Amino acid sequence: MKKHTLSVTVENKPGVLARVTTVIRRRGYNIESLTVGQTENPSISRITLVVTGDDPIIEQVTKQLYKLVDVIKIVDITEERSVERELVLVKVKADTSVRGEIVQIVDIFRGRIVDIGRSSLIVEATGDSSKIDAIEEALSPFGIIELVRTGKVAMVRGGK
Amino acid sequence: MNMRGAEILLHCLKEEGVDTVFGYPGGQILPVYDALYSSDIRHILARHEQGAVHAAEGYARASGKVGVCISTSGPGATNLVTGIANAYMDSIPLVCLTGQVGTSMIGRDAFQEADICGITLPITKHNYLVEKLEDVPRVVKEAFYIARTNRPGPVVVDLPRDIMEKVIDYEPGDIEINLRGYRVMKGYNAGQVISAVEMIKGAERPVIYCGGGVINANAAAELTELAEKRKIPVTNTLMGIGSFPADNYLYLGMLGMHGTRYANYAIGESDLLIAVGVRFDDRVTGHLDHFAPHAKVIHIDIDAAEIGKNVVVDIPIVGDVKEVLAAINQRLDAVEGYSEWHKTIDRWKEEFPMRYGPSAEGRIMPQHVVEMIYELTGGEAIITTEVGQNQMWAAQYYRGKHPRSFISSGGLGTMGYGFPAAIGAKIACPDKVVIDIAGDGSIQMNIQELGTAAQYRLPVIICILNNQFLGMVRQWQGLFYGGRYSFTDIEHQPDFVKLAEAYGGVGIRVKDAGEVEAALKQAMEVKDRPVIIDFWVEREANVYPMVPPGAALSNMLGGD
Repeated sequence: MKKHTLSVTVENKPGVLARVTTVIRRRGYNIESLTVGQTENPSISRITLVVTGDDPIIEQVTKQLYKLVDVIKIVDITEERSVERELVLVKVKADTSVRGEIVQIVDIFRGRIVDIGRSSLIVEATGDSSKIDAIEEALSPFGIIELVRTGKVAMVRGGK
Repeated sequence: MNMRGAEILLHCLKEEGVDTVFGYPGGQILPVYDALYSSDIRHILARHEQGAVHAAEGYARASGKVGVCISTSGPGATNLVTGIANAYMDSIPLVCLTGQVGTSMIGRDAFQEADICGITLPITKHNYLVEKLEDVPRVVKEAFYIARTNRPGPVVVDLPRDIMEKVIDYEPGDIEINLRGYRVMKGYNAGQVISAVEMIKGAERPVIYCGGGVINANAAAELTELAEKRKIPVTNTLMGIGSFPADNYLYLGMLGMHGTRYANYAIGESDLLIAVGVRFDDRVTGHLDHFAPHAKVIHIDIDAAEIGKNVVVDIPIVGDVKEVLAAINQRLDAVEGYSEWHKTIDRWKEEFPMRYGPSAEGRIMPQHVVEMIYELTGGEAIITTEVGQNQMWAAQYYRGKHPRSFISSGGLGTMGYGFPAAIGAKIACPDKVVIDIAGDGSIQMNIQELGTAAQYRLPVIICILNNQFLGMVRQWQGLFYGGRYSFTDIEHQPDFVKLAEAYGGVGIRVKDAGEVEAALKQAMEVKDRPVIIDFWVEREANVYPMVPPGAALSNMLGGD
């Protein structure tokens, strides 16, 4: 079992996301993460899906998704050289005694402090999934109040 | 030209060659019905929307055209759901037009509002909620195109009332299909065809296993040519009945759970399985680990997602079955001869023929009724079936010869399918004898369609194999649940003869095996109204052979 990142190009129409997720749920596959947004062409959206499964399962997901009229193209970019990014917002407990330490950690990860409350900070960071995992782990000893991750977006490097 | 939305809709339907629709009116679909009032499209009024959608499917399957049905919003639309799911499972082209509340009311839980596009998402090939009148011509064009091309299936078009009422200046014109995400399959992998040809040439014990895909692709002639050229025995699924003539000596009958012993044995011994337009359904394969254990597999199908879904395939060929078979045939020479393989199969046929026990005291065996129907029609009728024992006996004992003449709910197994499907088939093929082989349970699920058949003077014959049980479930209870017949005894029944008469049809009751033939002949003489023949059959007859669920195909009960 392996994580696969599928880049799914779809018509930018109402209901398309529901079609895609219905196929995946109905066939019994599990979505680890899903992001969706418009591309450079406003009539086309890109869904980046992370699905766990061995190769035959991924092949079935791909074939079943291709049967949707609104799905234009699917690329499994797991093995491709690609740039992958995820964004995280973390609200972390931070009284004055630990703020300096937190700022240092955030700097190491090249993140940013985007909000300061009386006893908490909101940290923003982007990076590939392992970096986001790492910053989450680094901040957890201070006490994470709330955390939200966007899920992965990805793009193949070079001319493709 | 100024036209109302509903008129534009009907105009577009006619552009698609639609001359017959099945439906049921209601509030939100009123504008469309108002336009139908002065249209030359023939509208068949069902008595329930489920009747309309099954009839549209029967029409599609008998004619090869796209079936069209119309319902109102909300409950009208949800009543179509079973029929849509049925068409989806069996890959039958349908366009279902549903009324919808006005665009300003959508999402407000208006009276008779249902999100039919949401509901039918997993059971349609595609669906549309029409958002503006200007889209109607394109949407209708795409809906028919999607429904009938590649692997066919149902498409829903949801029509908000205000859009159907609105008037615009409409100029009919050519519409180009421009679907980036949907391409019609053309061609095939020629290298794979060559590999398949080599594999066929090298095979000693080949079997063709074919299904509904052959009928959808109109490829029965190509399939028969392949079988006859290479003397390859042929077995088919329930959906594939009629894709190969049952009176051909190469025919093995149906395979699978209620297949013939010789078909299932042939699969078990085969060294090459040529799977054509099939999806390796669990009712066909039994336990997958023991299915065709010695065989290499060539799988030809239009739907790439079917290849490798359930079994590992040696040579996959994605493409139109007709085209691919023609290409294979072209590269193969005819062979003569009667090999060890044919000898083995003939021995099985002799040793394990399809047979059923005699009944006590002149009671009717249900299989005998089906055999009699075959004899009297010469296999030239269109047979529809309900679901359960009636369906399996029909599949086993009616030896159909032609494609599009055996119409049964295969994938979904919908009780109540056969009678409305027979109505649709009769409208598509008025010159054919159309017989619904029914059970006393199933027929009561859409019995109201007697009203439709009577109104349109359709001489559809319903043969109820009446055992006063939900027979297939009772059979399983007998075999696997210690004979505890939990809620399958339906002794309390209407008088089917009176019921037929109440609707303006003909009712005949047959209790004696000696009267079966006369009753069928009498029914076939009726030309202007539906007929019910209520055959009181042996109550606890079982369908055999039977592969218990989850067992290997070779592990059959009965028929030995």
